[in-house]
Amino acid sequence: MGAWTSYRLRLRRKRWKYRARRKGRELSLVQDRTHDIKPNDVLLFCTFRNEDIRLPFFLQYYRDLGVNHFVLVDNDSSDGGAEYAADQPDVSLWTTKGPYGRSRFGIDWLTYLQDEYAHGHWALTVDVDEFFVYPFCDTRPIRALADWLEASDVRSFGTMMLDMYPKGPVSAAVYERGADPFKLANWFDPGNYILERNDLYRNLWIQGGPRARTFFAENPKQAPALNKIPFVKWDRDYAYVSSTHMLLPRGLNLVYGQNGGEKSSGVLLHAKFLNLFSDRASEEAERAEHYGKGREYKSYISEDDGDHEIWCQWSEQYINWRQLEALGLMSKGNWA
Amino acid sequence: MTFGVVMLVHTAFNRAEEVIRHWVAGGCPVVVHVDSDVDQETYDAFVHSLADLDIVRFSERFQCEWGMWGLVEATQEASQLMLQEFPEVGHVFLASGACLPLRTVSELGAFLAERPETDFIESATTADVPWTVGGLDRERFTLRFPFSWKRRRRLFDGYVRLQQVLGVKRRIPAGLVPHMGSQWWCLTRKTLSAILNDPKRPKYDRYFRRVWIPDESYFQTLVRLHATRIQSRSLTLSKFDFQGKPHIFYNDHAEILRRSECFVARKIWPNAGLLYRVFPRGSDPKTANAEPSTGTVDRIFARALERRTRGRPGLYMHSRFPNLLNANGIAAVPFSVLQGFDDVFTNFQDWLSKQTGAQVHGHLYAKDKAHFANEVSVFRGALSDSARLRDYNAQGFLTNLVWNARDTHQCLMFGPADTQSISWLLAHDTNARVWVISGAWSIPLFLSGKPASEVRAEAARLQRTEHQLLKALRAPDAHARIHIDTLADFLENPRDVMQMVVDEIAGHRADELSDLPEMVDLTGLPAFLQELKNQGMHPFLTGDLSDEIQKRAKTAAQPRSYVIDHR
Repeated sequence: MGAWTSYRLRLRRKRWKYRARRKGRELSLVQDRTHDIKPNDVLLFCTFRNEDIRLPFFLQYYRDLGVNHFVLVDNDSSDGGAEYAADQPDVSLWTTKGPYGRSRFGIDWLTYLQDEYAHGHWALTVDVDEFFVYPFCDTRPIRALADWLEASDVRSFGTMMLDMYPKGPVSAAVYERGADPFKLANWFDPGNYILERNDLYRNLWIQGGPRARTFFAENPKQAPALNKIPFVKWDRDYAYVSSTHMLLPRGLNLVYGQNGGEKSSGVLLHAKFLNLFSDRASEEAERAEHYGKGREYKSYISEDDGDHEIWCQWSEQYINWRQLEALGLMSKGNWA
Repeated sequence: MTFGVVMLVHTAFNRAEEVIRHWVAGGCPVVVHVDSDVDQETYDAFVHSLADLDIVRFSERFQCEWGMWGLVEATQEASQLMLQEFPEVGHVFLASGACLPLRTVSELGAFLAERPETDFIESATTADVPWTVGGLDRERFTLRFPFSWKRRRRLFDGYVRLQQVLGVKRRIPAGLVPHMGSQWWCLTRKTLSAILNDPKRPKYDRYFRRVWIPDESYFQTLVRLHATRIQSRSLTLSKFDFQGKPHIFYNDHAEILRRSECFVARKIWPNAGLLYRVFPRGSDPKTANAEPSTGTVDRIFARALERRTRGRPGLYMHSRFPNLLNANGIAAVPFSVLQGFDDVFTNFQDWLSKQTGAQVHGHLYAKDKAHFANEVSVFRGALSDSARLRDYNAQGFLTNLVWNARDTHQCLMFGPADTQSISWLLAHDTNARVWVISGAWSIPLFLSGKPASEVRAEAARLQRTEHQLLKALRAPDAHARIHIDTLADFLENPRDVMQMVVDEIAGHRADELSDLPEMVDLTGLPAFLQELKNQGMHPFLTGDLSDEIQKRAKTAAQPRSYVIDHR
């Protein structure tokens, strides 16, 4: 890996930084509470569209983990979610009508805001249906994780997205605003994930899980990537490459032990498979703003109208992070 | 007689204040050193907050950077001040702002009063104990370290390398034997003042100024010159991880901290409110004389270290992805791969699973789908039987399978008609037990009843594929446990091989075989093979089969009698 590759990646990073600054102009401020951000605060960054039904639980979940401030981008919602978010005491909100697909799925907007507000902070970048689980998250706030990572000279924290689904048809899991989605979708695939190393960015590319098993069995290469690096001590020089799957500089992607040891890592519980899913899938397939022009969503609706049972005999019911640790889906590493 | 506390503080001042107040309330004088990097305003506020306490002193401030001399200088000054100002102090206890007293001052006081002559300081010779960070142990004392490891890593590394290349070595002052140990000690007035007032101290200081991490070696070395009785252990419970940084205690450690019966613990996370609320625990006559015992704490942190450095073998996940090329053992536990056995025997899988209790799969790598045991469509871990999914990452499929079902021995049938993409893994994994009856692929062809001319091409293809696999298995770097027989050799004595297979899988639980599974009828196979030869396709992997082979195999399959009957 020569100087040329490093230089090329540097140019790429600079291009994305420039792009984020340009796309940042699409944002208009709705509610600015960023003056409340204190130097040690953990910040959360998120883009959403028509997620009013999910927002209350989402915000509460992360408040309970100890996130201090939410920096949100509303992408042209029409369901009142933006107004709800703007009313929250710990939310700063921007809005945009700009196309989601052309801002690298919201990442450009968030990068712009991260550069403005997260420099020197621990920043968590997640979607509204992703719920961060890390070792000891039931007894230690996220600040403890941030402090420990910092003391260990670690700048980024890796996770895997764990798709959660209900037992029975997905449409029967009727989600209600403010409720815990994992009361309904509390099953997951414990051991069918496959990994490959990306030699250019040095991240791991993980696929598998229920989506590969049920929707992409005929075409596994198209199955969505599950590796995510959502928790980063942000610096103005950093840039996410593709969603939160990987970052530049690429040293940030080395969140895994390469000599047999386990680094500390977490999981993003993905509350995708609820009754909201089939409506969403048709809508997103039509809008074609997601990755690969919504290809993923198209494959969901092509299968008998998106209503099927994902659950199988070897699905595992979610209990807590210790269970995920024991199954090898996350690791304490040397955090004890 | 009482004891005094020297406290080094650089952050979390409100917690430090709480702890200082605790010491003072117990009647201990405290000398505080505040890092000179702390800004004046914060410092003044901190001094002011403690102004009401008359037995607290602040010593001259030094810059305390990890691994540098400033820490020792700060400790020296503060200790000096302690000895001057408080003549009633018998022991001096060195603590930091992140130290939390777990037991009452009076209990620690009583403990020390019972041992007035004893110095508590961890002190081990570097020659015997390999405590290393960054690959340096002995060299800490023989090289010079003017650059900060934290801030100027490159300069630090470069200067170390330069000295190593040039072969520069410092002379250790006469009379000193380098010792190392935890920075946190508790020394008697006698020993401490002997160290501080040693006429050779300027010389020693000059030497230690350029030693790396002198706070872990200065007092630890010098105490050996002056102490009468050393207990080489620290009274402060403090664990270090593989990077040499202290483990941090959180609220959920309250129980193990309590049970450790240690006097002081560090490092405490400043926001661990519960710990600061419940400790120091109230005085209890039953446990007032309890000796510190750190067994549980040690075990927990040793496990964490093991996780970080060795991990769980056979687990591949987003924070553990070792390079397979130099991995010792790829799958989590031993597993068996059997090639050709199910061609020779009917119902071999059922027989094997009954005989060994192992999980016996069919052809997991068959072209149509993964044939799991009992032909289920989903196996443990929610592994799908889809051939496409499996072949997308064939090695991952196998390592997942073995990891998910690591509580039972997994066996799988294999053959030249299957996808071959795991052959590298089969040859290299030390956990793989590979049993091959080469040439057994000819049996299904023979049984199909088709003429040799028709199956010739297929036979050639299977033979080529099997030959490739055998080549991989016979490579010099193949570390799997591999046993290869030709069909002819196997039929000479099937019982011995079968017994070996069963012993290997079932281990000590294996019984002597009573019955072998039923063998397919091989009458006419030699002729069939000869016919293939006549077609120009030499089945060289089967070995030489003769017509009697089946008959002999049958007899060899009977349990052998070792008692010779003389009648």
